[in-house]
Amino acid sequence: MTNKSLISITDFSTNEILRLLEIAEDFERHPEPHLLDGKVVATLFFEPSTRTRLSFESAANRLGGRVIGFSDPNISSVSKGETLKDTIRIVSNYCDLIVMRHPLEGSCRYASEVATVPVINAGDGAHQHPTQTLLDMYSIKKTQGRLDNINIFMVGDLKYGRTVHSLVQAMSPFNPIFNFISHPKLKMPKEYLDFLDSKHVKYYEHEQFNDIISEADIIYMTRVQRERFQDLMEYEKTKDLYILRNSMLENTKPTMKILHPLPRVNEIAQDVDTNSKAYYFEQALNGVYARQAVISYVLGLKK
Amino acid sequence: MDKSELKVNAIKDGTVIDHIPAKDLFEVIKILNLEKVDNQVTFGTNLDSKKLGKKAIIKVSDKFFKDHEINKIALIAPKANLNIIKNYEVIEKRPVELPSTIKGICKCMNPKCITNSEPMSTKFDVISKEPPALRCFYCGKITDREHFIII
Repeated sequence: MTNKSLISITDFSTNEILRLLEIAEDFERHPEPHLLDGKVVATLFFEPSTRTRLSFESAANRLGGRVIGFSDPNISSVSKGETLKDTIRIVSNYCDLIVMRHPLEGSCRYASEVATVPVINAGDGAHQHPTQTLLDMYSIKKTQGRLDNINIFMVGDLKYGRTVHSLVQAMSPFNPIFNFISHPKLKMPKEYLDFLDSKHVKYYEHEQFNDIISEADIIYMTRVQRERFQDLMEYEKTKDLYILRNSMLENTKPTMKILHPLPRVNEIAQDVDTNSKAYYFEQALNGVYARQAVISYVLGLKK
Repeated sequence: MDKSELKVNAIKDGTVIDHIPAKDLFEVIKILNLEKVDNQVTFGTNLDSKKLGKKAIIKVSDKFFKDHEINKIALIAPKANLNIIKNYEVIEKRPVELPSTIKGICKCMNPKCITNSEPMSTKFDVISKEPPALRCFYCGKITDREHFIII
């Protein structure tokens, strides 16, 4: 299929995900600066996300593609009241691929129905952000040498964090062990725990962030956002409970790596950055390879 | 025909919707737009029912409901039965049944769902028929019986 969109990580089979990770690895080893010659990629950001947009644009540029688009809907026709459908139909004429970020959930699925070119979801509200999941998996595979039997500790906001939800789903075929560390108000939602039960995946829930992390292969940190708490006092009390500090890493495995979808605020102390177990900046670079893989795959240039 | 049906006049041609939970009668009338039709409509409520305790029944003359209307009934009153009447005879009796997917007819309860801001049709997978629950094809959120807003 040449017109295949990527809206949710569950759109791709486990085999397709493994293939995408291989393609990403190929791009890391052997850059292909002319693969997208003559192709135009549109990045439509209906809400700002500089990091994600630059990552996609870097991926397209490094493959030799041209990039058009907007990063601020206030200066585009959207602000004049144009429907999403009209915007997508028009932009379909101008490009070979649409990369889209939108504040409303389900918007990218709808865009993929009305577009005449493939659509890649770069985040639709709290719903999905599949290329983040791919780059997380790529980072796990690259640092651990495998995807199977990984002990993953997820810390912080497990209730609203879409990246942890997608990663839990996507890693489930690889016999992982999950440890979820969060404030009771920010626990992993029941639907995802039910999902893990149905797949016979082992998981443990904790409220304390302490030496249990010595078992970890991966620590996946997330940001606890102030707006998640109605009671600001509670936020102030909570935010410091789930901070990863360099001193906590002493008894962790030598091969353990720390991931974070970024941006971080204070949940990873600055003194962790120089520890060789800190991997979040390289993780961001992996995002470029993972997005190159997705772009070339949905365009049918890599199979 | 059981005795409770006899409490409401028989019709020559049309449809009898039976086994509606009494509390849902007026919602069924509303979603089928029966307040505004020219057909003869008779209804009875708080009739005794072995299945439902108290049930309601609606008879609409010269009206044979289309699939999307039957789907609406199934969302609100999944145990309802349709009796198709021709020349005073019941020629067909069947339960309403939700298909596995439905289009239009109900709003997604997620205020941040794209279907609530674009001029577009909603689409759901029916993940439970009794009680009915719908998963939005677009945002993935589940709309349950308490949150149905029929379009």
